Amino acid sequence: MAEIKLDSKIPSGPLAEKWTRHKAAIKVVSPANKRKMEIIVVGTGLGGASAAATLGELGYNVKIFCISDSPRRAHSIAAQGGINAAKNYQNDNDSVYRLFYDTIKGGDFRAREANVYRLAEVSNLIIDKCVAQGVPFAREYGGLLANRSFGGAQVSRTFYARGQTGQQLLLGAYASLNRQIAAGTVKSYNRREMLDLVLIDGKARGIIVRNLETGEIERYGAHAVVIATGGYGNTYFLSTNAMNSNGSALIQCYKKGACFANPCFVQIHPTCIPVHGKQQSKLTLMSESLRNDGKIWTPKKLEDVEKLRKKQIKPSQIPEEDRDYYLERRYPAFGNLVPRDVASRAAKERCDAGYGVNDTGLAVFLDFAEPIKRLGRKAIEERYGNLFQMYEKITDVNPYEEPMQIYPAIHYTMGGLWVDYNLMTTIPGLYAIGEANFSDHGGNRLGASALMQGLADGYYVLPNTIGDYLSADIQTPKTDVNHPAFEEAENRVKARIEKLFKIKGKQTVDELHKKLGNIMWEYVGMARNEKGLKKAIKLIDELTKEFWTDVLVPGKNGDFNQELEKALRLADFLEIGKLIALDALDRRESCGGHFREEMQTEEGEAKRDDANYMYVAAWEYRENQDPKLHKEPLNYEVVKVSTRNYKN
Amino acid sequence: MKFTLKVWRQKNAKSKGRFETYKIDNISPDTSFLEMLDILNNNLVHEGKEPVAFDHDCREGICGMCSLYINGRAHGPDDEITTCQLHMRKFKDGDTITIEPWRSAAFPVVKDLVVNRRAFDQILQAGGFISISGIVPDANAIPIRKEDADESMDASACIGCGACVATCKNGSAMLFVAARVSALERLPQGKIEAAKRAKSMVQKMDELGFGACSNTQACEAECPKGISIAHIARLNRLFIQAKLQD
Amino acid sequence: MILSSLTKKIIISLSGLFLLVFLALHLVLNLTAICSREWYEAVCEFMDTNIAIKLMVPVLVLGFVIHLAFATAFEFKNWAARPRELKYAVATHTKGVSWSAKNMFVLGIVVILGIVLHLFNFWSKMQLQGFLGNEEENAYDLVVNLFSCKCFVLIYAIWIIAIFFHVQHGFWSAFQSIGLNNSKWLPRLQFLSKVYAWIILIGYLSIPICFTLGLQCS
Repeated sequence: MAEIKLDSKIPSGPLAEKWTRHKAAIKVVSPANKRKMEIIVVGTGLGGASAAATLGELGYNVKIFCISDSPRRAHSIAAQGGINAAKNYQNDNDSVYRLFYDTIKGGDFRAREANVYRLAEVSNLIIDKCVAQGVPFAREYGGLLANRSFGGAQVSRTFYARGQTGQQLLLGAYASLNRQIAAGTVKSYNRREMLDLVLIDGKARGIIVRNLETGEIERYGAHAVVIATGGYGNTYFLSTNAMNSNGSALIQCYKKGACFANPCFVQIHPTCIPVHGKQQSKLTLMSESLRNDGKIWTPKKLEDVEKLRKKQIKPSQIPEEDRDYYLERRYPAFGNLVPRDVASRAAKERCDAGYGVNDTGLAVFLDFAEPIKRLGRKAIEERYGNLFQMYEKITDVNPYEEPMQIYPAIHYTMGGLWVDYNLMTTIPGLYAIGEANFSDHGGNRLGASALMQGLADGYYVLPNTIGDYLSADIQTPKTDVNHPAFEEAENRVKARIEKLFKIKGKQTVDELHKKLGNIMWEYVGMARNEKGLKKAIKLIDELTKEFWTDVLVPGKNGDFNQELEKALRLADFLEIGKLIALDALDRRESCGGHFREEMQTEEGEAKRDDANYMYVAAWEYRENQDPKLHKEPLNYEVVKVSTRNYKN
Repeated sequence: MKFTLKVWRQKNAKSKGRFETYKIDNISPDTSFLEMLDILNNNLVHEGKEPVAFDHDCREGICGMCSLYINGRAHGPDDEITTCQLHMRKFKDGDTITIEPWRSAAFPVVKDLVVNRRAFDQILQAGGFISISGIVPDANAIPIRKEDADESMDASACIGCGACVATCKNGSAMLFVAARVSALERLPQGKIEAAKRAKSMVQKMDELGFGACSNTQACEAECPKGISIAHIARLNRLFIQAKLQD
Repeated sequence: MILSSLTKKIIISLSGLFLLVFLALHLVLNLTAICSREWYEAVCEFMDTNIAIKLMVPVLVLGFVIHLAFATAFEFKNWAARPRELKYAVATHTKGVSWSAKNMFVLGIVVILGIVLHLFNFWSKMQLQGFLGNEEENAYDLVVNLFSCKCFVLIYAIWIIAIFFHVQHGFWSAFQSIGLNNSKWLPRLQFLSKVYAWIILIGYLSIPICFTLGLQCS
């Protein structure tokens, strides 16, 4: 394999003109030639669906792969709060620059300036597009679009559709996708899971998939492959990710030579419903938008905590003066709307100090009593009705009467495949978009920015940049799936599956996955330190061995076999878990979602180390040895790098 | 808590299915229904039996992947809920719970409790979109009445789970079709193709083996998102309009 | 040409609405029988000779035939979508679903059988005879004779109750099917539907009851 050299390909020129200039400079493929080109898109969330639809509209032949029965199930659908854009419709002094700056700052100065600026720039086009697609965004009585605020921003720039923004945006992208499927430019392959990437002459030329209904292993070829399979949060077993969300496509690409960037930047979302017991398989997110009106607190007195745990008093009975609104206390300027990483750590700090309000001691209150009094129950119902209903269904507590209990949980992964400005990975012809890449959120993602990034990549960035690569390939005939590279990849996949069945061990996949989750949450969770990380690496190595000798996978391959699916994914989660730990160990600074206990101020705030760690950590896979670290230095030409301050 | 589960087992679309009975114990009332099935499967794997196949994904009530006809009701014994949001506290200790797949000619069983809902995709491909591409006007260029946007959102809340089809005695997908047609029609952008869309989507629905609507209102009662049959009236109106334009 | 399910449904609804008008009209005419023999006979005479009414007869027959034919086709399609082998093992009553709504076809069959009997009892002895050039029997006498038999009263009562249930769903459902409904009007139409059905029930039942109990004024 050729020596990997990271070239971010950031265009020259002033920040605000980079994207325009770049688009003018890159090559395009003529309509006649587009018809001859094939592109594979893996994943049908906001990134994948929007990319496939747009590529189809442009005239390319697209094959899109989805692990669920329909593209509409992709986990983007669960995003609740909203999508940011620099429209400045509220005339509150928002601008492309401000959105760019907030995102860079929110990401704790670990994202590329050029990428983030481009993201802010195209954000406005996304809103236009979605409205034209029929996304029913919330509106004012005058008929214009409504906005709300989100964490990490002092302006109101978040567009929303009740608490179901992700769903509505995905339905928009899915509708565009359906239109292209009907037009014949896109072919949709449902219930297919990518199990390997196929390289021919060093270029991404196809994938091997397993038909989840029949168990058949299938081959698909193309001129380029786009990975849009989301993040790897499920490494932690308990997360807000959907049960089928996995990091396998990322790992397969990584093993074929795509660098994995910043794996340790994992976002822990502050407002999730607390864990209730050992039988739990999944955590539920309560939208960040709730922090617009909800107030977060714990009791001031430990005796009140005791009484709460014993259910002797109700939270609403604790008088105002005995409540500690700790976010408002610590961060007066942003209050309850500090970025997610800050809010999560503050909750952990309170619970570690013994103020956790439920019987596990791992919960704080999110209270709506004050806003209900101020705005009326109806107004609150209109804003968050579906979230309140969801909370009540799950917990059996009516949040209109008693405060919600929340606790941080794994939610999003900022890290992902390393990509250049064109969103191409270190493998030519292999692209990664949306949560699957690392590019725009640095060390921490701001609320309502994931939807923005997925759609920006899919609708506006990738469809342009991929043309530059494909323009050199217009003479290349369609990829022959009988090529030996496909044969070899397919055989490897089959051998791997065979191997799993042969183990016939004693532990189920879920049991092993829970073990991995415990290791990850304990040592690679909200607070990390050198000793813990080293221990985690050792434990993961042991667990990997345990997995490959003691896993029990029932049934056979040629069938609908959900246990096999999970086993294949867990094998990859084990590798990602170790990668997260390795990266976390390397990054001896506290930055964004990554908090190293060795690196904090006396007040317990994160301490970044710009002198030594202002880089993107891109990990290169090496067989039978630890991965090799490549560093892409981050140069801030426009923004003045500073310590994040949400206090004043 | 303790339960007796009567679960539908079926190898594939062609084979005949049957019920199998399983006992399960030590379930916390705070456990969700699907977590209870996770536990059952974990036990089955240990016993060397084949686990029960069932569809699920987000477990937050929004992806529409989970299905299950539980004790004679789509998504189980609660209103406006998906199976993943159903918790065991809704049952009594010692209950016998019968779990069946969605049953409809248009949703063939893939395995056990998993059905194939591809027909829904196909209906949407027949017109469930607004035909735009490229660069479009500014988002605020066309003001939209808040009431219209809200109504569109009500209809657009459909998660495509198929509870309406599963519950309808005719196996009709009219509520599903109507939700999409109505959601788009309420917005000026979607009005342009509204009549044509209604006609082609209904035609597709017929083709795919769904039944027709006889206004029993069962779909509305079991829809996890509470989508009203008033949207079906709108679909009917648009359909007539399309026919008159032919 | 194969009509779409929705076209069929709209045709069923329109023909149903037409039949609802007929049903109301028929009731008004019938009620005269309770009031007086003369009125009733006058009405029958009018119906027998008026040219507009005569012209409407084939339209009415067509209305019935269309309603029945399309409803049958409609029902067959629905059976195919949920065949017997795809019935649920456990079925519960779905909240808000009326018994009528689920049994429209069966109710329709009962109604049709009632109509056949009704035609045999009256039409075949009156209009048919007139058409064949024979002497027509007196309508009022027919009514009196028929309802002197308790079993006919019972059969008519069952028939009318079936019409009641059929109409109770059919009335609002027809408006829904032709798109003349929304969330505001749904409860209103359903209320009107009930009112109409009760009027039909009470109105039509009152005739056999009155004649059996001898409450008619003649």
